[in-house]
Amino acid sequence: MSAAAAEGPLLQVKGLQVRYFTERGTIEASRGVTLHLDRGETLGLVGESGSGKSVTSQAILGLIREPGRIVAGDIVWKGRSLLAADGAAYARRVRGKEIALVFQDPMTSLNPVFTIGLQITEVLRHHLKLGRRAASDRAAELLDLVGISAPRQRLAQYPHELSGGMRQRALIAMALSCEPELLVADEPTTALDVTIQAQILELLGSLQQRLGLSILLITHDLGVVAALCHRVAVIYAGRIVETGRAADLFARPAHPYTMGLLRSTPRIDVVRPRLVAIDGTPPDLSHPPAGCAFHTRCPIATDACMAEAPSLVPQAGGRTVACWRAFTPAWPGEAANRRARG
Amino acid sequence: MAMTKSTAGTLAHAAPLHGRPHELFNALRGIARELRADKLGAFGTMILLVLVIVAIAAPALAPYDPAAQSLADRLLPPAWLAGGSPAHWLGTDHLGRDVLSRTIHGARVSLLVGVAVVALAGTFGTVLGLVAGYFGGRADTIIMRAVDIQVAFPALLLALIILTVVKPTPGTLVIVLAANGWMVYARLVRGVVLSSRQSLYVEAAEIVGCRPLRVIFRHVLPNLTSPLVTLATLEFARIVLAEAALSFLGLGVQPPATSWGLDVAAGKNYIFDAWWLVTVPGTAIALTVLSINLVASWIRIATDPRERQKRFARGAAVSEMGA
Amino acid sequence: MTMMTTTTAPLVEVQNLSVHYAARGGGWLGRRIRPITAVEDVSFAIFPGETLGLVGESGSGKSTTGRAILRRIDSITGRILFRGRDITQVRGEALRRLRRHVQMIFQDPYASLNPRMTVLELVAEPLVVHGLARGEAAEPRVASLLALVGLPESAMERYPHEFSGGQRQRIGIARALALEPDFIVADEAVSALDVSIRAQIVNLLGDLQARLNLAYLFIAHDLSVVRHISHRIAIMYAGKLVELADRDAIFRQPLHPYTRALLSAILIPDPQIQQQRRRIVLTGEIPSPAAPPSGCRFHTRCAHATAKCRAEAPPFEEKTPGHFAACWAA
Repeated sequence: MSAAAAEGPLLQVKGLQVRYFTERGTIEASRGVTLHLDRGETLGLVGESGSGKSVTSQAILGLIREPGRIVAGDIVWKGRSLLAADGAAYARRVRGKEIALVFQDPMTSLNPVFTIGLQITEVLRHHLKLGRRAASDRAAELLDLVGISAPRQRLAQYPHELSGGMRQRALIAMALSCEPELLVADEPTTALDVTIQAQILELLGSLQQRLGLSILLITHDLGVVAALCHRVAVIYAGRIVETGRAADLFARPAHPYTMGLLRSTPRIDVVRPRLVAIDGTPPDLSHPPAGCAFHTRCPIATDACMAEAPSLVPQAGGRTVACWRAFTPAWPGEAANRRARG
Repeated sequence: MAMTKSTAGTLAHAAPLHGRPHELFNALRGIARELRADKLGAFGTMILLVLVIVAIAAPALAPYDPAAQSLADRLLPPAWLAGGSPAHWLGTDHLGRDVLSRTIHGARVSLLVGVAVVALAGTFGTVLGLVAGYFGGRADTIIMRAVDIQVAFPALLLALIILTVVKPTPGTLVIVLAANGWMVYARLVRGVVLSSRQSLYVEAAEIVGCRPLRVIFRHVLPNLTSPLVTLATLEFARIVLAEAALSFLGLGVQPPATSWGLDVAAGKNYIFDAWWLVTVPGTAIALTVLSINLVASWIRIATDPRERQKRFARGAAVSEMGA
Repeated sequence: MTMMTTTTAPLVEVQNLSVHYAARGGGWLGRRIRPITAVEDVSFAIFPGETLGLVGESGSGKSTTGRAILRRIDSITGRILFRGRDITQVRGEALRRLRRHVQMIFQDPYASLNPRMTVLELVAEPLVVHGLARGEAAEPRVASLLALVGLPESAMERYPHEFSGGQRQRIGIARALALEPDFIVADEAVSALDVSIRAQIVNLLGDLQARLNLAYLFIAHDLSVVRHISHRIAIMYAGKLVELADRDAIFRQPLHPYTRALLSAILIPDPQIQQQRRRIVLTGEIPSPAAPPSGCRFHTRCAHATAKCRAEAPPFEEKTPGHFAACWAA
């Protein structure tokens, strides 16, 4: 572990730019995403729909399909590029084996006509070259690991015979089958019921600790981040606007967007007469605004914000912020609100 | 009160008309752009357009009366062959009738029968499919059983029975072919209606208080345009072939009228002496069916946003990355 | 709000509502017909100008209840009253007239608007089909509706796909408001929206209620939004009501163990608080409505279940004034 740490971060995304070439124009889905993930760490990538969070995970896993293309930037796994022209074989080996993916919707990512057992053993036999018997034993172990009772019987069942929570567990088991080092979980609990979501989050947390996994958790739900993540990266309009340790970032958001996001999320422990909404809508990424993309909705935007996009600047406490007016209270009562909570 | 109502009424009519020429122009431009992107589709459309023009202007274009016999000039080969005459560019048949003129006039029958059958069978099948899909229950059961029975009955046998009993005129021919063709429309329409009934905006329309007819015509029917146009085009090709087949068997168009199928039938007796008698109308049939199929496949791609997107992305990414 | 509920006649009353489905399946050739009870014996009332939050997980029957009140489901028993009038059997033209007073806001702002219609046509449609305005006469009305939901007049000539999710939801709300209804069923109306947009729509729904004295049945799975918008909250589990009370009572003194578990499962967007909370993580699955457990339907997941819970279903009764629950231990 300590030797590995000397290599630097497990995963680095450097200035990633992804564009979608559509009839209505070129959409700049990702406009220079930079982030890194250390071993054994859970990083939450938080953003709203169209912010580029899923595009980032797809790029990491090599799942960008036409009409999308990676036009600039790099993705580095253990110090070696996954996008380099001579790295195709390396990327193939890493993706699916060292980096595994858990999808949002377990029903559509499991094949309905095959049993759970067959779908897991297929992965084991293909990637790990296990025999039929060994693969089946290992599959049962994996189901047990993710908290599925009577794993041997479950192997013979079809996806539709399992509940939503069970299917998500089965999918996590499948993702873990090759003992990956990084689990990319794209909205893993969004399709689940509240009480089942709690179960899956607890499972992910305990797996992370027991197996020393790194998790890249992609979500729109600040509550999920608060429950599970060590660090957070907030993404808006295809760029990271802020990163930092979860506790710091929630206690003292630096970027007006993060502040607004926190203020507009209703909480069961705080009753406000009225939610503070962020006015306007996220920008159309086929015509991203000049300067900081948030200036169209930001209550404290200045001329500088409209003229030039701020870059991600390191701050105290290992945080980074891309804002000309970082830490300035952006919404009325922001300071008071912070005091009330602290 | 009455006056305000009527002015509101006329304005309501005027408003959409106002926008129309502009929309039509845009639609035409869109079609032109789509056609540029699909060379085969453009080719098919061109052939089909030529055929339609030929069919409409047949009397003006044809050099001779298609029925005019001239036994002195019988079985003349096409003009470019030895013994051919420049007066009969594609030669003459066993009664000395001009092959070119007959083929031009034949296009009329083929296209007319095709259009008539598609319109008749399409309307009938669509209405029944709408009723079956939207109201369901007993109406659905009865209509779909009728479809099953009609599909199970051999089409050619039915045509033979009817046309031997009834005098084969173009009218009866159209009815017989339509009776054999309406089921596909009913099935397609019922399927689309069933799936669009599930769609939320249809439920939303019902909750807002739309009456069933409005729901059908305003919210369900528009979903049918693209699949119906594709199906009708393919059916059109099939009908052209079926008309030719029935005419070939002597159950379709009757002399002295002309039809490609009839000419192939008449020419088959002379296939070794005068090959052009079969080849010319045969080629006309093949070319028509081919061009219709090309158009159908173009329509299918052009109306599917995903197919269009794929095609577009290839071009755009390449040009932008290259720059 | 409590005052209002005691002094005014209810706008909507649901009495012993049950919804049955017949599911084919099981048995050879799928001939056996199994009755499925999606909703069983649900009773509640909604008062003018009030929001009742109806919360539950999938299979709880919350959406089915909403659809039954909208009279979209025929196989129901019990009674549904609107302004004291029994509408359980209303059909055809009479049902169509009822739509003027009872409207719906959908979850999915993408699928619930016909993509081939302009915003003008969409918002004017309710007016047109009820003969209230047609053609150009509808335009000023549509413009004022759009202004009411915060959309510019220029939106009229555009199509739904030209708008973002939040704007589309505004179009859907304008359409629901066109008939000036007294009661709106909002089925997961903000669940599909992004956080920053959701707050806008939640605020809009609140403002509209204050201005137009609307009553909402706000169906949702997310208790934090429901807490924000509701006056009273009803919790459903496996087709039955388990608890109903004033908003604050539900959060301060939840009586049913399921409500307590549900509250503890709601995530708080603050790591310091969230990671220190005592969470009741329920084991097991939500029971299938085709095979509901005996007795209290929650007993299979309840930590306090006794033999009585397994044998006999607890009645849904008033435990303290205005606070109803169905639990033997409450």
